[in-house]
Amino acid sequence: MIGNVIKYEQDNIDTDVIIPGTYLKIHDYNELATHAMEGIDPDFPSKVKEGDFIVAGKNFGCGSSREHAPIALSTCGIKAVIATSFARIFYRNSVDGAFLLPIEIDDATYQKISNSDQLEVNIEKNEIKNLTKNEVYSMKPFSEIIAKIIAAGGLFKYKK
Amino acid sequence: MNITEKILARASGKSSLSPDDVVFAKVDKVMVHDVSGPGVLKVFDKLQKQGIDTSKLHDSTKVWIAEDHFVPSAEKISAENIVKLSNFSKQYDIKKHFKYGMGQYGICHTLSHEEALVNPGEVYVGGDSHTNTTGGLGAFACGLGHTDVAYVLLNGEIWFKVPETYYFKLNGKLPPHVMAKDFILKIIGDIGTDGGAYNTMQFGGTGIDEMSVESRLTLTNMTTEAGAKNGIIEADEKTVQYLNERGSNSASVFHGDSDAEYSKVFEYEASELEPTVAKPFSPENITVARELSSTELDKSYIGSCTGAKYEDLLAAAKILKGRQVKIRTEVLPAAISIYKKAVKDGLIEIFLDAGVTVGPPTCGACCGAHMGVLAKDEICVSTTNRNFPGRMGHVESQTYLASPQVAAASAVTGKLTDPRDLN
Repeated sequence: MIGNVIKYEQDNIDTDVIIPGTYLKIHDYNELATHAMEGIDPDFPSKVKEGDFIVAGKNFGCGSSREHAPIALSTCGIKAVIATSFARIFYRNSVDGAFLLPIEIDDATYQKISNSDQLEVNIEKNEIKNLTKNEVYSMKPFSEIIAKIIAAGGLFKYKK
Repeated sequence: MNITEKILARASGKSSLSPDDVVFAKVDKVMVHDVSGPGVLKVFDKLQKQGIDTSKLHDSTKVWIAEDHFVPSAEKISAENIVKLSNFSKQYDIKKHFKYGMGQYGICHTLSHEEALVNPGEVYVGGDSHTNTTGGLGAFACGLGHTDVAYVLLNGEIWFKVPETYYFKLNGKLPPHVMAKDFILKIIGDIGTDGGAYNTMQFGGTGIDEMSVESRLTLTNMTTEAGAKNGIIEADEKTVQYLNERGSNSASVFHGDSDAEYSKVFEYEASELEPTVAKPFSPENITVARELSSTELDKSYIGSCTGAKYEDLLAAAKILKGRQVKIRTEVLPAAISIYKKAVKDGLIEIFLDAGVTVGPPTCGACCGAHMGVLAKDEICVSTTNRNFPGRMGHVESQTYLASPQVAAASAVTGKLTDPRDLN
């Protein structure tokens, strides 16, 4: 999985900025995508490219249970959010609905990745290659259940 | 095992559980509302295209529906979502559908306790992050997204990683000017918005024993703001009586074992707590109300699942009685049953005499959707639970989270006010 980085040097990017509450009435995925990250970066939908990664600080996706958040990001083309930690509902919505990969990295790695860097993410090897900077980082391995649900392609395809 | 481990063990057929174990737990109650319901239907559409049968729910008697986020409908798309919800309950024969304009309705979390929909010891999930609220009754109550709720509706169970439990012990009774809201804001200020992440936040101690059931529900409500999987308070006779008065015939006390283990214990003295406010733009950004006494306000909002239960309205009414509001002030009781009681007991008249606008139960302005959202640069004191940028309206509006007493006192002065400082 290769893509470019859109980096927000911020902790606690909450669901109200990922997709503001007024759009919760919308359930059309393409329309939701036009409002992705509106509370923090209104240009996001026009600059994001298919396959891009968001990189951010701790507690990404805190706040509401709105599945609209990973839906809006994934419909925009985001394949993974790479952050130092995640809020629990955003994390499980991303995995169980197979919208995008929530990838945890340590602080040092977060500092090393810059906006627009090109990354290659390999979840089998728990490895992130920074193709722009020619560096290799490790990611936190997924727990067993999360790895299995991701491999299955979401909760409904996972056989316990 | 502590109470959360014990509930999850029972629900997953295990004799014992420890933190980090992964289980599929049988779910006793499921809630969807006018945001998560249409979201679940969208998941059902996708599943049908994959050949998965969505024609029958696992058990429609365990499901209940609330209309709260976008009622009264401000525009066509919200009205259409409410119609979708009606079709949903009809198609799947869901009897417990609390409809706007048809008797009892209100905010989903408020209905969970006002209508005694969940009992101590049960596993309850809802398509809303503040589902944690209901843990104040001694249930395992946890918020989930649309895909997970769809899975529960069709399969009757869902996976959980058994959380670690943080125990918050409150010693002594809260002083009269301090409310449960002040205590939970203080806790979130101490541990941060990810301080309880993935964990259980359990509350106990003499201060909790003394607390009313409604106050306890304020604590568990905002465990969501600390990132917790669930908030929980072991039920006592007070809980059982509260539920019995509201029509439950199966509520009983359910406790953790006497040798229950907790990963961390935090201790607070009730007498040391003060009226507390979370400044923009995070629930962890707290200070004591007195330090903000020069903060000029445009609006006071007394509403939501956090701050518009009966005792919240009563606390506000005691302050507003015989006084006039200086800024735009709204009171929105969290359910019709609360509204009715507030009418009967004269609270609504007190509000109206003070110049307050009283509105119908809705999540509207709390989530910045409708019914009184904030303009650019407007500053609001609110009894709600979140103050992220744009949460209650314009991304450059500001919300200070506070107790109903602080919101009412501030409405009178037009500035953030500690209720003790009101003349």
